[in-house]
Amino acid sequence: MPERNDEPPRGARGFWSGTISFGLVSVPVSLFTATRTSGPSLRMIDPDGTPLRRVYFCSSEQVPLEADDIVRGYEIEKERFVLIEDEELEAIAPEKSQEIALERFVDVDAIDPIYFERAYFLAPGRGGARPYRLLAEVMERCGRAGIATFVMRGKEYLVAIISERGLLRAETLRFHDELRRPKDVGLPALEEPDDGRVKKMKRALEKLEADTLDREALRDSRAARLEALVERKLASGSGVISAPEDAEPSERESAEIIDLMQVLKQSLAERGSRGEKRSNGEKPPSAEKPRSAEKKRPKKAAKAPRAARRSDARREDDLAAAPKSELYERAKRLDIPGRSGMSKEQLIDAIRSAS
Amino acid sequence: MARAMWKGVIRFGDQRVPVKLYAATEDRTVRFRLLHRKDQAPVTQAMVNPNDDRVVAYEDVRRAYVTSDRDLVVLDDDELASLEPEASRDIEILQLLPPAAIDHRWYQRPYYLGPDGSDAGYAAFARALADSGREALVRWVMRKKEYLGALRLEAGYLMLMSLRYADEVVSAEELDAPSGPKLNDKELDMARQLVEMLTDEFDPEQYSDQYRARVEELIETKARGGTVRRKPPARRPATADLTAALEASLKQERKRA
Repeated sequence: MPERNDEPPRGARGFWSGTISFGLVSVPVSLFTATRTSGPSLRMIDPDGTPLRRVYFCSSEQVPLEADDIVRGYEIEKERFVLIEDEELEAIAPEKSQEIALERFVDVDAIDPIYFERAYFLAPGRGGARPYRLLAEVMERCGRAGIATFVMRGKEYLVAIISERGLLRAETLRFHDELRRPKDVGLPALEEPDDGRVKKMKRALEKLEADTLDREALRDSRAARLEALVERKLASGSGVISAPEDAEPSERESAEIIDLMQVLKQSLAERGSRGEKRSNGEKPPSAEKPRSAEKKRPKKAAKAPRAARRSDARREDDLAAAPKSELYERAKRLDIPGRSGMSKEQLIDAIRSAS
Repeated sequence: MARAMWKGVIRFGDQRVPVKLYAATEDRTVRFRLLHRKDQAPVTQAMVNPNDDRVVAYEDVRRAYVTSDRDLVVLDDDELASLEPEASRDIEILQLLPPAAIDHRWYQRPYYLGPDGSDAGYAAFARALADSGREALVRWVMRKKEYLGALRLEAGYLMLMSLRYADEVVSAEELDAPSGPKLNDKELDMARQLVEMLTDEFDPEQYSDQYRARVEELIETKARGGTVRRKPPARRPATADLTAALEASLKQERKRA
């Protein structure tokens, strides 16, 4: 499925927080996407080399819009819309918007891979580390996946929860009626093939037999060509503009992965909370609130500059969970000198002491 | 008959099999437009210079690679075009692999291949691939983009599964799993019993998207001027007493059985 393009610009991509339940056991979890964009992305600039921002505009007033000015609409007749709020979409399926109820487990190998759509990693939420580990351990030992349906961002998903190396993963599956059968496509009934021809093809195929996948083949060749081209241009110095103020490096989008590491680390640190023995006498560090942090964060700082400004109100604890681009934005607003050369940690320190 | 998205030729050794490509999935999600809340006008996007808030026309927008030192390397149209793969109709078979060698996490999107013209070659190839019991790793270029795919059989027909690139998939090895004190053996045993009691066949036809119908109802209700509930649902906290919850769950399941 393509990325949905009717998503309002708020909340991080692929993000969901709720509860996994099996029997009467509840595990609070957050989902983080396990797929990312391959290779570096290019930045849009104006003819003078100023990096540009993508901004939402109202098509009739031509004014820039903030995330809160934007709402989903369903066109019931030409240019007549029904407005639908996020809360309404959640409220029509209150349980499924909150809970992945594992009422059935199946053999992991019994799921035909054509159903698999997209993978997310699960991190335990507050107090959830122990039931999370219990579920992960048992599912991995028995080779079972848990099956459920749930609602995320205005769509219902069939999902398989799979355990691997102590980590739980949610694989969204296509619903049966989202997959076409050959007859839906109209493929013709096949004739009995000619034996001689089948044999010839088999001989040609045998020459290509291999036992393991050539990982080189899975490399993104466009990214490699892009990197080579950039190297050549840097060496010759043609078309190179040196460091304008607000350029962000063309790294792949890894903010969510950094977030996941952060949440996992914090869920370990707070494993003492509620009903569990604390291994030391220390208080658990203030628990992260991934959902609220994510909600405050615009999808991309570049898409909703004013919304990003509002996030100045973000609690200090949330700084560590913010992507570097947002920290850089904040450092810029606080006019912190030397910000462009700072690491993420240095930015956090500088913002803390400046605000 | 569905419309073909693309035409190509499967190639391996001296063999060629002309095929047509069809989407194997159907998107049934209710689609919305993004609107400006105030006047309900559709939202558009534009590129803006953040220094003076001026919109930059699309034809004036250039593309640049940003280095880790934040230097910009500006790429012109010819250079961007040079990154595109050479146009081709070939679906080239690279390797013929055992069924599980291509991890399903690389699977991205399924397509059907149907015969283009005579189906004699198609039928012979489908038979040869079926008899091999293997899956072919293939490469092709479609609409200026290079794809990798797993070529396999689905109900006797050829299915082409496009693949993600290796670095698009985050592997579990990159992450540390939650750790903590040793889990309680009794709880592990009860959890295992519970999982076993809930284990059954995987029956994909048993599940359907019920939510879509509710979204459609919501739209109808609001179109009539009706009001709808907006109360956010309550969150469930983590289970604190695992032993008690597992015992009660097992009891409940035994009663149900």
